Order: sequence, then C-alpha cells, then structure tokens
Amino acid sequence: MRINVRIDCNLILRTVLREQLDELDIAYELSGPGEVFIRQELSDEKKERLVLALRKYGIEIIDDKQLALVERIKAAIDEMLEHEGEIAEKVSCYLASKLNYSYSYLSGLFSENTFTSIENFIILRKVDLAKEFICNTDLTLTEIAYRLNYSSVAHLSAQFKKTTGLTPTNFQRIIEKRKARFAEQT
Amino acid sequence: MSIKILNIALADDDEDDRTLFKEAIDEIPIETKLSLFNHGQELMDHLSLPNIILPHLVFLDLNMPIKNGMQCLQEIRKNPMLDQVAVAIYSTSSSEKDIESTFIHGANVYINKPNNFYNLKDVIERVLQVNWQYQTSNLNKDNFLFRL
Repeated sequence: MRINVRIDCNLILRTVLREQLDELDIAYELSGPGEVFIRQELSDEKKERLVLALRKYGIEIIDDKQLALVERIKAAIDEMLEHEGEIAEKVSCYLASKLNYSYSYLSGLFSENTFTSIENFIILRKVDLAKEFICNTDLTLTEIAYRLNYSSVAHLSAQFKKTTGLTPTNFQRIIEKRKARFAEQT
Repeated sequence: MSIKILNIALADDDEDDRTLFKEAIDEIPIETKLSLFNHGQELMDHLSLPNIILPHLVFLDLNMPIKNGMQCLQEIRKNPMLDQVAVAIYSTSSSEKDIESTFIHGANVYINKPNNFYNLKDVIERVLQVNWQYQTSNLNKDNFLFRL
C-alpha cells in the first residue's frame, strides 16, 4: 500500500516548538512564522538543551542577526504568496512595511546572504509552489496560474520553463515516471 | 539550515575538464570546498567512508570508465545515508532520452557541458545558487529538478 501525504510546514514548526518549549518549562510566545519571543532570561545550560532538542527536528536557532532577518523576509514572502491576490501592494512596499526596514536595505542584505535577489527568490518559490500543485493536486494549469497570481497559463508556463529548463507537462511526466519507478523498487 | 561553505564533489575522468571546473568554481563568489575524483568508483569509495562530511552537491560526468555516472546516480539514490546529497549530471550528451532517464533515476540537475569557460562558470554559478536555496529554504527537495 502506498499513501501520499501533504504537509503544512508552518503548523509542524509551531507544534514542535510548543512541545519542546513546554517540555523545558520556558515562558514564550510564538510571535510569527519562525519567530519565538522568550519571556525570560535563559541560562546557558537551558539554551544548550533547547538547541539540542530542536536540532533533532532539523530546527536551528539563528544567532546571526542578518540571517535571522533573511528568514523573516522569506517567511513574509511565503505569507504573501499564500494570500496572493489579496495583497495589492507592490512586493517592495509590502516587505518594507511588514518588516519595518527600507526595501533597499532588505534587498541588499538578502542578496549578500543568499546569493540571489528577493525577486529571483520569489520566482523560485512560486515555481516550487506550482510544482507542489502539479504533483499533489488535481488542479489544472489554469487553476494553478490563477492561484499563484499569474496573468495567464502562458505566463506561468514561460516562467516555469525559463526557471527550470522544463515545461510543466515535461516536469509532471518525469515526476510520475520517477514515482512509478521507486514504487516498483520497494 | 545555515551553511557557511558548500561542499562539492566532481567525478570526471577527463583531466582538462576537472581543471577547468576547478578554475571556474574558484572564480564564483560562493564559498565552496571542492573534492575531485577521477572516476565514479573513486567517488563512491569516498562516499562510503565512515565519518566523512558529505558533499551538499555532486557533479557526475555520464561517460566514465570503471563506473559511469548513471551507475553512481543509481547507487547514490539507493543509499538512504546519501538522501540529502543533490546530484547534478554534467555531460556532453544532449539526447532527450538520456536527460529524462537521469531525472527519473533521481538526478536533480542536468547540465550540458558548455563549450567555453565563460559559459561553464555561468552555468556552475546558477547550479550553486539554486542548490543554495534548496539547502537553506523550505523548498521541496523532491521537486528539485533543473535543466540548464
């Protein structure tokens, strides 16, 4: 028997954080995606235990202030893409007002730390979501294009091809064949 | 996950190609540590050593003596220890059948070996950038598929 699962990364993250922080008896508040406000001073020993407890789940505490801000930019982008269509602002205005820094500062910091621009990252993330929809849902390309706020299927297909070197149909065929092959093996 | 240095391995039996690859990667502003292997078996022997730091990304030439790129790819994908290793196929073949078959067997990137240094540097840089995003963001690695 084979089952397919879909995951909600953000929900998993919040649940694991809650469990582990409760376990260590730490007073906290989950203030945003990937952000925890600790309402007490942590001893070095407790901090160490928290780091180890979270590492098991592939969750890492980011000490570096710049990297922490990069993660907040990424989280804000994800949130924006989830509500794509409802947010009428330009990306630059949205990020600047959401994170309280000028866009030029954010975009410089992002490029320095990730070797790509915010614009390119958004394209990569949107194509990644399109891939997710293609693999795990019955949505048609038209519906996917609509959900991700592309003006047309042609626009989605063109950006998909330009980014990945494959057409959406080509990609879908490869993933299906790959799944069939791995199912055969197991 | 935060990474400071990308660990990269290249298996290619052509000495000139290995040298060019090293020169190209040295000129790219992403910090990398490159390990070179003369053929597939040498790479696979290295990957099976205990306690090594696994590469984030492996570049495989398709045509190699002793063990070719396709055999390496299949071995890598059969080994759960190497789950997190991304595989880029690096070949002169542009046959659609070869390309599709490497993807189906679990390759993440397919690169046509560029014919000049400038393009080579450009294409490696793009692979490293994309790979970086997959290592450090919540992009779905199952769908990590690029043809350059």
